[in-house]
Amino acid sequence: MTVTRPARFGLRAAALGYLALLLLLPVGLVFEKTFSQGLSSVWASLTTPSAVSALWLTLEITVIAVVANTIFGVICALALVRGRGRGRWLLDVAIEIPFVISPVIVGLSLILVYGTTGWFGKWLVGHGVSVIFNPLGMILATVFVSLPFVVREVAPVLREIGTEQEQAAATLGASRLQTFMRITLPSIRWGLAYGVVLTTARALGEFGAVLIVSGSIAGRTQTLPLLVDTRFYAFNSAGAYTSGALLAAISICVLLIMTMTAPSKRRI
Amino acid sequence: MATGYLSLIVLLPIAAVVASAFNGGVGASWDAATSPVALSALKLTLISAALVTVINAVMGTLIAWVLVRDSFPGKRIVDAVVDLPFALPTIVAGLTLVALYGPNSPFGINLAYTSAAVFVALLFVTLPFVVRSVQPVLHALDTEMEEAAASLGAGAVTTFRRIVLPNLMPSILGGVALAFARAVGEYGSVVLLASNIPFKSQVMSVFIFSEVENGSPHAAAAASVLLLAISLAVLLAIRGVARLGGNR
Amino acid sequence: MAISLHNVHKRFGDFQAVDGVSLEVPEGSLSALLGPSGSGKSTLLRLIAGLEQPDQGEIVIGGDPALGIPPQRRGIGFVFQHYAAFKHMTVRSNVAFGLTVRRRPKAEIRERVDELLGIVGLSGYADRYPAQLSGGQRQRMALARALAVKPRVLLLDEPFGALDANVRAELRTWLRGLHDDLGVTTLIVTHDQEEAMEVADQVVILRSGRVEQAGAPSEVYKRPANDWVMGFLGPVSRIGESLVRPHEVSLSLEPEGDAVESMVSRVVHLGSQVRVELELAGGGGAHAQLTPAQADELELERGDIVYLKHAPAAVAVSA
Repeated sequence: MTVTRPARFGLRAAALGYLALLLLLPVGLVFEKTFSQGLSSVWASLTTPSAVSALWLTLEITVIAVVANTIFGVICALALVRGRGRGRWLLDVAIEIPFVISPVIVGLSLILVYGTTGWFGKWLVGHGVSVIFNPLGMILATVFVSLPFVVREVAPVLREIGTEQEQAAATLGASRLQTFMRITLPSIRWGLAYGVVLTTARALGEFGAVLIVSGSIAGRTQTLPLLVDTRFYAFNSAGAYTSGALLAAISICVLLIMTMTAPSKRRI
Repeated sequence: MATGYLSLIVLLPIAAVVASAFNGGVGASWDAATSPVALSALKLTLISAALVTVINAVMGTLIAWVLVRDSFPGKRIVDAVVDLPFALPTIVAGLTLVALYGPNSPFGINLAYTSAAVFVALLFVTLPFVVRSVQPVLHALDTEMEEAAASLGAGAVTTFRRIVLPNLMPSILGGVALAFARAVGEYGSVVLLASNIPFKSQVMSVFIFSEVENGSPHAAAAASVLLLAISLAVLLAIRGVARLGGNR
Repeated sequence: MAISLHNVHKRFGDFQAVDGVSLEVPEGSLSALLGPSGSGKSTLLRLIAGLEQPDQGEIVIGGDPALGIPPQRRGIGFVFQHYAAFKHMTVRSNVAFGLTVRRRPKAEIRERVDELLGIVGLSGYADRYPAQLSGGQRQRMALARALAVKPRVLLLDEPFGALDANVRAELRTWLRGLHDDLGVTTLIVTHDQEEAMEVADQVVILRSGRVEQAGAPSEVYKRPANDWVMGFLGPVSRIGESLVRPHEVSLSLEPEGDAVESMVSRVVHLGSQVRVELELAGGGGAHAQLTPAQADELELERGDIVYLKHAPAAVAVSA
């Protein structure tokens, strides 16, 4: 429909104004508050032992969560789209759970299962495995919340491309593994890439669930988001903003990659 | 194999929460979940989420429209920016809101410890959902229908109301459902600015967290189950409306 | 209402879609805009509708200049190739749409919709949704919808292009009948010359954004303005200096006069006619069209030598 010129400018101004006010202004302020301390101060904040260990821990947990959920995601997507079991509806519903559940509840649930008084508590203590207040719990929490993304991006692609190519490969003599590596995987690569990027963003940023299961112990179970929180409450606002800015910078890089791999249906 | 992984990571912990919630008997759990503090938190959570969702339905559709139908330099950057709340860790979002609306706000707006802080935080984190839900549908929409409407005498507003909007409605509702679900459980972005003032600025997620910290996991579990039940009910209702409205 | 175009131009980027078109569509007539893809016919239709704006030139509808007037106010009815049905509304609501936005009284709308559904043969379908209709039914609904507001001019953009061949043929005849009943000035865009010839009072042949010829079907067929038009309107063969239609080629097994020698390369039985494909002695190909009886008499097979002449009257057959 043809919108008159003034109306078009009005809509554009409303949209851009809303976005600028809601998003750009606050984020811009964080960077402003960070760099107004001066670069040497920023560097000092970023290189304290707890800050460095927080950065490493964040990256480690993120990598593990992304790898685990990618493998699971592809397998799950294949099961959902190509599988024939009767439990598929359950899979479908369960995948959505991490989207609708509060991260705080996720943290709680992990304590109830793996905490010392939890379901597996005694067994774990008996075997010397510690989940809560330990990176293992943080990994479980991060995997939980970032679970669905790869599945949700890959499944529709699988559905759309259909089985013909794979059947053709089979008639030409390819084994199932070969078919998967040479035919299936290449055809889902863009959906997969986007799913991986979304998973990374979610894993990097996880806060509530990880806070509960980790106890935020400096140098041991403290990720970068948790560090921001700790510094904030310790009235180290300069430190908090600095770590926050670092996280924001990392997220913006992830955002750029997100934009480049986004499905073309959305493309402008 | 997929089901095994899923069960271990997701279903088992959820079951534990439900079990713990009913651990002291249904009566005790109900009492814990409906204490005055809890109810106040629930009320704030639901009202904020509802308000924010309504605003998102409108602004999200508007932004999607501008991104799909308008063109101006830098539009691709604007499109990327929409994903910012999704890419940004919630605690950093919380920090940015403190910077803008906290005690040291450059504009003198101080929303710290108020319920308005909740509202603003939720508005931030739920922005992308309706936009991203509507965009592909709008992109694929057959403009011939709009041209037909014009040839039959309908002006721009009428065409939008009678032709475009009904066709966008399912995707708007889908985005609304996602936004609501996110808003109801949001923690990281809310907790810094609104903090933890019971009866004033405490949302359910913060309430549950404090119950855990205070060593009352059963009460926390009970409140969690209540929150999940309500979210589920609302989501089913939204999906029901979408189906009623038109799945042809 | 008549339509009058004068020196209309329209360009899209580097592409000149309409290049100086002037045209008269007489009131009450059914005219066809005929041409290959890219000839500008759809663009021209959309310019008349107001869905595009010309760079240059005048468009006058029913005596009123159309410049600057949006499609809403031109009094046109438009039918799209892919129906543009309002898929979220029932057939009734679709057809009623133009009247609904003009805020006509409900009783009046109901009556008019029922009348139109009767005219287009969709009376029992008022409460169905477009997705439940066949392609042909959807197009009839689109026509009813366009006619509901009593347009001065009806514009159809390849209306039967998306339909099966037999549905197309059926609807073509039906459309002509409808036009004769209603008398609304109608302009139809098509790339199918058979369709244009069958249905229209006036055929306007377009090529690369320009009018090659405009006239009654028999006129353009018998007296084409140039070789291209002749070739576009039907299969032709070049025999000697002239272009000849297949049914004007006479074949004989004996050479006579200035008949051209040729070899049969293929005999195609198309049901009601037989097409003989020939390679000419001096190079080049030709088509001849025979009735089944004539073909039987000649008993032609691939490889046979026959002699061709141009016989403007009936086909002469000698054995």
